[in-house]
Amino acid sequence: MPERTYLQAISDGLRQEMRRDKRVFVIGEDVGVYGGAFKVTLGFQEEFGSWRVIDSPLSETAIIGSCTGAAIMGMRPVAEMQFADFISCAWDQLVTVAAKQRFRAGTPIPIVVRLPSGGGFSGGPFHSQNPESSFAHIPGLKVVCPATPEDAKGLLVSAIEDPNPVLYFEHKHLYRRIKAEVPDERYTIPFGKARVHREGEDVTVVTWGAMVYTADDAAKELEGDGISVEILDLRTIIPWDKQAVLESAQKTSKVLVLHEDTRTGGFGAEIAATIAEEAFEHLDAPIVRITAPDSPVPFSPQLEKAYIPQVEGVAAGLRELAEY
Amino acid sequence: MAVTGAIEVVMPQMGVSVSEGTITKWLKQEGDQVEADEALLEISTDKVDTEVPSPASGVVSQILVQEGETVDVGTTLAVIGGEAGGPAAAPEPEAPEPATPEAVAEPSAVSSAEADVEAAPPPAAEPTPSDAQQDGKSFVSPVVARIAAEHGVNVSSVTGTGRGGRVTKKDILKFIESGPPAAPPAPPKEEAPAPAPAPAPAPVEAAPVEAPAAPAAPPPEPVPAMAGAGEILEPMTAMRRGIAEHMRRSLDTSAHVTTVFEVDMSKVVAIRNKLKPEYERSYGVNPTYLAFISRATIEAIKNWPWVNGEIRGEQIVRKQYVNLGIAVALEGGKGLIVPVIKNAEALNLLGLGRAIADVADRARNKKLTPDDVQGGSFTITNPGGWGAIIGTPIISQPQVAILDVEALVKRPVVVQDDRGSDVIAIRSMMNLCLSYDHRLVDGAYGAQFMKELRENLETWDEVSY
Repeated sequence: MPERTYLQAISDGLRQEMRRDKRVFVIGEDVGVYGGAFKVTLGFQEEFGSWRVIDSPLSETAIIGSCTGAAIMGMRPVAEMQFADFISCAWDQLVTVAAKQRFRAGTPIPIVVRLPSGGGFSGGPFHSQNPESSFAHIPGLKVVCPATPEDAKGLLVSAIEDPNPVLYFEHKHLYRRIKAEVPDERYTIPFGKARVHREGEDVTVVTWGAMVYTADDAAKELEGDGISVEILDLRTIIPWDKQAVLESAQKTSKVLVLHEDTRTGGFGAEIAATIAEEAFEHLDAPIVRITAPDSPVPFSPQLEKAYIPQVEGVAAGLRELAEY
Repeated sequence: MAVTGAIEVVMPQMGVSVSEGTITKWLKQEGDQVEADEALLEISTDKVDTEVPSPASGVVSQILVQEGETVDVGTTLAVIGGEAGGPAAAPEPEAPEPATPEAVAEPSAVSSAEADVEAAPPPAAEPTPSDAQQDGKSFVSPVVARIAAEHGVNVSSVTGTGRGGRVTKKDILKFIESGPPAAPPAPPKEEAPAPAPAPAPAPVEAAPVEAPAAPAAPPPEPVPAMAGAGEILEPMTAMRRGIAEHMRRSLDTSAHVTTVFEVDMSKVVAIRNKLKPEYERSYGVNPTYLAFISRATIEAIKNWPWVNGEIRGEQIVRKQYVNLGIAVALEGGKGLIVPVIKNAEALNLLGLGRAIADVADRARNKKLTPDDVQGGSFTITNPGGWGAIIGTPIISQPQVAILDVEALVKRPVVVQDDRGSDVIAIRSMMNLCLSYDHRLVDGAYGAQFMKELRENLETWDEVSY
């Protein structure tokens, strides 16, 4: 199998689907001539033409609104927000129209919104957020957060196939840093099925996106001390693999939920609450959350490092939990 | 000066034989400010119910034992001052000498000798690692509780390796895997009684079939009593348990004999009627019959000291003091308490009347201190107030005698008139019953003590008493 970066895997998956299915088209700011802010759609306009790779006006509302209309007419639009942060402009079209359409009118809305998200490169408060939990709270939307190149491709294909609006959060920090073998052929990865990133016995980490790698580095640090850490990569948070989380919680009896999003109302709270409700009698320690603090993402590299959960902090949290 | 270190509040020793106490109420909560010697909590032991004063001023940073829990004497109950979340106090930054590594490691290091003295908890409060361990053990996590219930394991018998000695899931699984040490085998199923609807841990036989390798049953816990139809169960208080244990132990220890004397109290009645208005007016003290009898008893003990003695091992202890225990019934049949009037031999009738009123009042208002109920050498109990005429009281160990004061009643008795002729007269009569330990006190000795007591009362000497 060829090695692909996380970004190449997304690009490959999207290209494959566009070649395979004429209903699939791309729309976004600078996705055409420029090839996208992060070059995910580089060369797409040359291959598929400007009618299928559309440079939109600077209006997220217009992008999502037109996608919704196109989906109602039978198309399979894939929208790109230049940065996930800007999706707030499209809130109404997405949350009020697209997410409710099926419920109100019975019309499926098979749109995918690609959302370059996450921090770690001094993008400041407008270009670094992880707003997944805001949309996890909206019935009618699905939320996908791939961590590996293989998942990035397989989950994108599943998102395009899915008859619902799917928010596809692609972590910018992983784009070119993460490289792994990705099958050439078309494949899908089902939603709501977590991936055991690392098997362990003593403590479970439930996480997704870029934090999978932070957790992995921390787990390696603890390995030397005989503390065995299990890492569950949720892959999708709506739907989320409750069963896998509960099974792992029952196995280790100690759970740490890790996310890059802010703490209050973050999706980690939902996971922690579910474990407390459904696996209370299996717990041997309080459920611990490690998250970003309730603050906008700072620009300063030093502050941003203090803001985003780091390997040392996660390792300390895991160690404390193991010793509880 | 301000307390710089964390001070631990421990379950005080409430009596020589008291090994545990129950928290009945916290008067301060975590985060509350408390002054030194201010009441911090209420406890109940088999001897007394009392308030425990704070050993230091500061903020209650931690409450470690909750209301209703019973813990051993010396167990840390709360932490005053220091950093919340741990009993260890960091050395004060402005300490004149740099702290040595040993000082830093000391669990309750305080900044200076002065602070050490001022903030010193009661003598029994020496914090030890085992204290901390016991505290930690008291928290049982949900998974440990479930596994313990499924396997019928008593968590306190498992060695904990978690934080503060807490039993972790791994600890209890390891314990079950290796089997509890020297556990008796599970009783055969055929002999098991009809399944009782007990909420107790499921017996091993009831364990799911997936666990055939379940370990032997743990040491049997006391079987919880079941209420039958028309019966109501209520828990025994610490006091009731203490009384039950003490009464049984006393009968098992002493060779109880009771002798009854009939006393003509007419003279005492006359004197009391004369003194009462004067005592009440001048001193606010009621000269009760109990005070008269106490005074007469102490006087008789001078000549018959073994009644006030003790058998200690192979020795007989003769006491040069009379520490007089007065049994005080609590309201509503809630038990009884025996406060002790120390050095009662030094008190006259007025002093005894005052002392009895004081201890009885404090007993009923739960204001007795541990010292108030310790060290008795002779006890008087007074059921006569309710009309009893004969009793065979049980001795309060390690004393050897207890005097039972019966009802004062007017009866026709045969007395001699001025000319030496027998006549029937109306007299105020009272029975006094003495239970004594026949190991030490012979029948003749006991009877002579009682004879003198009777004479003391019948010929009450107003001047010397």
